[in-house]
Amino acid sequence: MADLTATPTEAKSIARLEWLLVAIGIVGLLAAPFFLYPIFLMQIMCFALFACAFNLLLGYTGLLSFGHAAFFGGAAYFCAHAVKVWGWPPEAGILLGTAGAAVLGLVMGFFAIRRQGIYFAMITLALAQMFFFFCVQAPFTRGEDGIQGVPRGSLFGLIDLSRPLGIYYVVLGIFLIGVFAIWRIVNSPFGMILRSIRENENRAISLGYSIANYKLAAFVMSAALAGLAGATKAIVFQFATLTDVTWQMSGEVILMTLLGGIGTMVGPMVGAAFIVTLQNTLATSGFPVTIATGVIFMACVLLFRRGIVGEIYARFLGGSKS
Amino acid sequence: MTMIFGIPLQAFLGQLLVGLINGSFYAMLSLGLAVIFGMLKIINFAHGAQYMFGAFVGFLLLKWLNIGYWPALILAPLVVGVVGMVIERTMLSRLYNLDPLYGLLFTFGLALVIEGVFRYYYGVSGQPYAAPAALAGGTNLGFMFLPNYRGWVVVSSLVICLGTWLAIEKTKLGAYLRAATENPKLVQAFGINVPVLLTLTYGLGSALAGLAGILAAPVYQVSPLMGSDLIIVVFAVVVVGGMGSILGAVVTGYMLGLAEGLTKVFYPEASNIVVFVIMAVVLLVRPAGLFGKDA
Repeated sequence: MADLTATPTEAKSIARLEWLLVAIGIVGLLAAPFFLYPIFLMQIMCFALFACAFNLLLGYTGLLSFGHAAFFGGAAYFCAHAVKVWGWPPEAGILLGTAGAAVLGLVMGFFAIRRQGIYFAMITLALAQMFFFFCVQAPFTRGEDGIQGVPRGSLFGLIDLSRPLGIYYVVLGIFLIGVFAIWRIVNSPFGMILRSIRENENRAISLGYSIANYKLAAFVMSAALAGLAGATKAIVFQFATLTDVTWQMSGEVILMTLLGGIGTMVGPMVGAAFIVTLQNTLATSGFPVTIATGVIFMACVLLFRRGIVGEIYARFLGGSKS
Repeated sequence: MTMIFGIPLQAFLGQLLVGLINGSFYAMLSLGLAVIFGMLKIINFAHGAQYMFGAFVGFLLLKWLNIGYWPALILAPLVVGVVGMVIERTMLSRLYNLDPLYGLLFTFGLALVIEGVFRYYYGVSGQPYAAPAALAGGTNLGFMFLPNYRGWVVVSSLVICLGTWLAIEKTKLGAYLRAATENPKLVQAFGINVPVLLTLTYGLGSALAGLAGILAAPVYQVSPLMGSDLIIVVFAVVVVGGMGSILGAVVTGYMLGLAEGLTKVFYPEASNIVVFVIMAVVLLVRPAGLFGKDA
């Protein structure tokens, strides 16, 4: 797995650069809704958090899940149902979605971690497809229509989410909390063990770590954070549909991560912004999104496996390697 | 009327036949996946798209050139196989030294492109493709009515699977293939052109998918989406069978098709997830798969 996840070599200069980027990014995001369409920005943030959560698994644990749409779309359904049908406030709906995704992750992970590599990918894909069929048939998802007209309500009864700026800053807050959580996980002793599993699984076993538990824990965390992104998206767009649980969605988040840079903090966000922008542009042009997505996939794998951010790191910071 | 487990015998056998047909396609596709995986160590995500491509080649040959089913049965796999070999030579062959997951991701992109192109021109609705005149109609077997074309599909898939197995186990080329799977460097040192073997293998695997596609065209409708839903089930089949043995992949394919048919009789709601449930159970009991050697 080591070569799939091109590790940034010079940690210190990258860390400095990342802090700078983080500062610029936060200021930019605070100011952005005054210049760009807030819904578009919120869409990017939801997908960016989704991709970062996915990257926690692929980039830092070395597990390629082909079934993350189940957590993203599943959480959207749970949240939308709780808010619309049970009349829960949005914060409770989002928490339920996140918790539901974590439970799904626990079940799926329990089966998937029994195999490695491509088998792991195929098992997650198959289990997510099973969840998709469940969503097609279960009455609460309302089949092809999906759950529509989910009320946004107000956060803790204080912040009115029907106002564009109100919901924008709440989504920004959720996004930052989610990314901070991932950053903390990755840079904790726990995260180090995950990386050691990625680099050399057998060695991690011989050091006495019960890697199955670590993998499962990483899987559940990744699923929960993907669920946080999906539940937030349900509140933003006020609907939850089958689109978000399809295998195409699982593919999309892989592409975002791959395109941005596997195993980097910023990469998945860049990839998500790129793909969401591309999709919105193509939607009006009539050119099929599937073909564009497929071509980018092939080009990424053939030409720049480190992704946009990974290539930038390697190009500009690679010199200080030794 | 004869009843079996409280279900009319006719309905029971009918669903079993549907299961057997589905199983035939699972078997042919997982066979192709196993052949490609054995040699290239790549999971060919584009297999479903190539199956759809084969069906479309047959459909377009009829529409544009008025070439019927029987020539298409040869031409469709040929076209799909040659396109596969070109892709292998120009792109896929660059990924052999990398983590096998890159092969999965690349072929996933390839599948999206192939599917996207056909979707762009033909939408998502199915196109009808008639069974050849010689196989139209059906035969009354006494206990049930068997449409001739379905019987033909079952027989030909058995022949294809057996033929491929024999070709790999009993011929000289097959022996080279197996040797190159075990130790490509040594085989290359003996003067056998391993890169060409790899190209041929991918071509053969793709052609098998194309052949399954043209066989499927009269059974299911020809639709751009026909491959993508199938391939995920076939992945589950492959996880259950393990890709270690070609015969294992084939047997598992038929078994799971029949299991699906039986589920349709007794509990129709679960019929499209039963394969995944079986996969989960097998993972619990025998993580390496029924016929697998690797963990």
